[in-house]
Amino acid sequence: MPQLGETVTEGTVAQWLKSVGDSVDKYEDFVEVSTDKVNAGVPSPVTGTIRELLVKEGETVATGTPIAVIDEAGAAKTAAAPAAPVVAAAPTAPAVSSPNGAPAAAGSESVEVEGALRGASPAVRRLAREHRIDIRGIKGSGSNGRVTADDVLAAVTAAPSPAGTRTSTYAQPIPGSTVTLTQARRIIAERMVESKHAAPHAWSMVEIDVTDVWSWRVREKDRFERESGYKLTLLPFFIRAVVESLAAFPLMNARFVPASGSGQSSIYVNGEINIGIAIGLATNLVVPVVRRADKLSIKGIALAAGELIEKARKGKLGVDDLAGGTFTVNNNGANGSWASAPIINGGQAGIVTMEAVVKKVVVRDDDSLAIRRMMNSCLSLDHRVVDGYVASGFLADLKQRLERMGPQGDL
Amino acid sequence: MAVVSSANSTVMNNVEAVRATLYEAMKNDERTVILGEDVGARGNVFLITKDFIGEFGERRVIDTPIAEASIVGIAVGMAMEGLRPIAEIQFADFIYPSFNQIVGEAAKIRYRSNGEYTCPLVIRTPYGGGVRGALSHSVSIEALFYHVPGLKIVAPSFPDDVKGLLNAAIDDPDPVLFLEHKKTYRLIKGEVPDGHYTIPLGKANVRKAGTQLTVVSYGLYLHWALEAAQRLQEDDVSVEVIDLRSIRPMDKTAILNSVEKTRKLLIVHEDNKFGGIGAEISAMVAEEALFSLDAPIRRLCGPDVPSMGYALPLEEEFMSSPAEMADAMRAMVKF
Repeated sequence: MPQLGETVTEGTVAQWLKSVGDSVDKYEDFVEVSTDKVNAGVPSPVTGTIRELLVKEGETVATGTPIAVIDEAGAAKTAAAPAAPVVAAAPTAPAVSSPNGAPAAAGSESVEVEGALRGASPAVRRLAREHRIDIRGIKGSGSNGRVTADDVLAAVTAAPSPAGTRTSTYAQPIPGSTVTLTQARRIIAERMVESKHAAPHAWSMVEIDVTDVWSWRVREKDRFERESGYKLTLLPFFIRAVVESLAAFPLMNARFVPASGSGQSSIYVNGEINIGIAIGLATNLVVPVVRRADKLSIKGIALAAGELIEKARKGKLGVDDLAGGTFTVNNNGANGSWASAPIINGGQAGIVTMEAVVKKVVVRDDDSLAIRRMMNSCLSLDHRVVDGYVASGFLADLKQRLERMGPQGDL
Repeated sequence: MAVVSSANSTVMNNVEAVRATLYEAMKNDERTVILGEDVGARGNVFLITKDFIGEFGERRVIDTPIAEASIVGIAVGMAMEGLRPIAEIQFADFIYPSFNQIVGEAAKIRYRSNGEYTCPLVIRTPYGGGVRGALSHSVSIEALFYHVPGLKIVAPSFPDDVKGLLNAAIDDPDPVLFLEHKKTYRLIKGEVPDGHYTIPLGKANVRKAGTQLTVVSYGLYLHWALEAAQRLQEDDVSVEVIDLRSIRPMDKTAILNSVEKTRKLLIVHEDNKFGGIGAEISAMVAEEALFSLDAPIRRLCGPDVPSMGYALPLEEEFMSSPAEMADAMRAMVKF
């Protein structure tokens, strides 16, 4: 059982993707493992044939426990029983005990490896980076054995994503029937009640003129998408403003610590600014975290958020992607919502939303009329931690920062 | 390929499309004036304006002396004062005397007058080789003018584009250089929608969709590139062919979208390679889409020699061919 996160000690075999006797390619996912919120495919460490599955579906075992035996292709059949690689857990990744234990001799292989990298076109390098694929493991079909961009993509699609299968089999609920809660749904339900019950929510809203930051985004979005593969939304600009405001109002980046046997209640002001992004999926809600968001540029935030959103949609978030949030941003306006009263993510002081961006006629300070892009931003706060004075100061600060962004600059 | 007129369209070749569009412009707007060498009594060397002088009179169809600087200079004045002149340079090879009027005057009027004047001028001219035209009837001149802000350059290849783009050029408030490849004049036929329509300047057109290679071209070479791509299709080699149509403004989006899909770019044009249109497209793609490229960009262009020779072997040596283009495409797809 591989370790799926720094703090994880056990995992459940959700589904075997291979049966005994099936062949499996190196890096091909052969089992899906789940913890309370994360499902992850586990890639095979070797190319070979599944000999034995040691853990049943639904069974939970400690990390490090052997879960399967794979006969490595090319390994001597006679040596199989005792020496076949056992897939188990090393501290951070599945490990293989190699039949002969000796590392592959370097020599000629390393020469070829250098060649493969030297001939790699910009597109091949980019695709390999995006899909986390090692070019050296791919057989090239181009001239002189060059690895082409299509070769990289073929290597990516060779291993079918278990996440895809899962979403496609999700059934619409039947009216008049009872839906059994998934583990994720149950946890969401518990945490929502807990937060709403424990933290007295107060609510405030500002209207922000996002015309200039919008034009900045529009100016940059095509280039950004071309270069990174991610769409450039207003979210990273907003998060950048939020972290700056959090730095100015540290109490908004805190949590209430209730009284316990050992002491009186207190407020802990977080040292890091880690921004959770609420992402709604068909079956549940996840809040992956952009860590140390205050240390990132808008571009850095956009890349980190883009990666998290893509992982979330593919069901590939790891436990570490979800941990450590100190404040949450909810991009709520995509479907036209104009105001909302979100529930605070437990253990945080606030959550702020981005509502729909709409064109409005506004009266400006000099009494002129102008058509501007306006966006509401709603804040729910834990009234045990902060009062309206701080919260409204925070919102005013956020508004001012966003209105000063753009219409151009370096991302 | 059989081309048949339908209820709402008429089959024309390129020269007929130019003629029909000019005729409509003369008929619909009395500010329209045509001027150039032999455009009146002789009706243009390709008979494009045949009988125009009889119908519209010699104040609107003006035979000029053999003096290109004057043709363009007079047209600039007409345009600034409210007429819609369409000046003709009989062959692109003769445009050089008017260079100052085009580059120094027409292209700068709007800027120089701080927007008080514009110069809604169209300069039409036949260009290109493959017709045994030798030194003074074969040249491609687009790159000479490409560098000049304030000037638009259009080079349609199909009759429907000829009409839509010529209408757009006439409507445009600024000077447009309208290039007509003379070898395609009667060679290329196609359906042309009836009635008035325009095609926006600065928009390319994907004439053939494909997945493995992007080919950008215009003029006669576009037709050859399409022929080559069609041949390769039979071998399951999928090439996308983009008809640039407007050389400036360049349709960056169309080129980049295609290159991002195919990851390979070949530019073919008849004009010389060095400092040509292909150089600008290459530079743009290298700047904007380097990380989409899976092969070096390649240009298949005219050789850097002073002119196309008259002798057939010399002309053939200068000109590419569908076969040569197919070889280049195949090599790039295989790369």
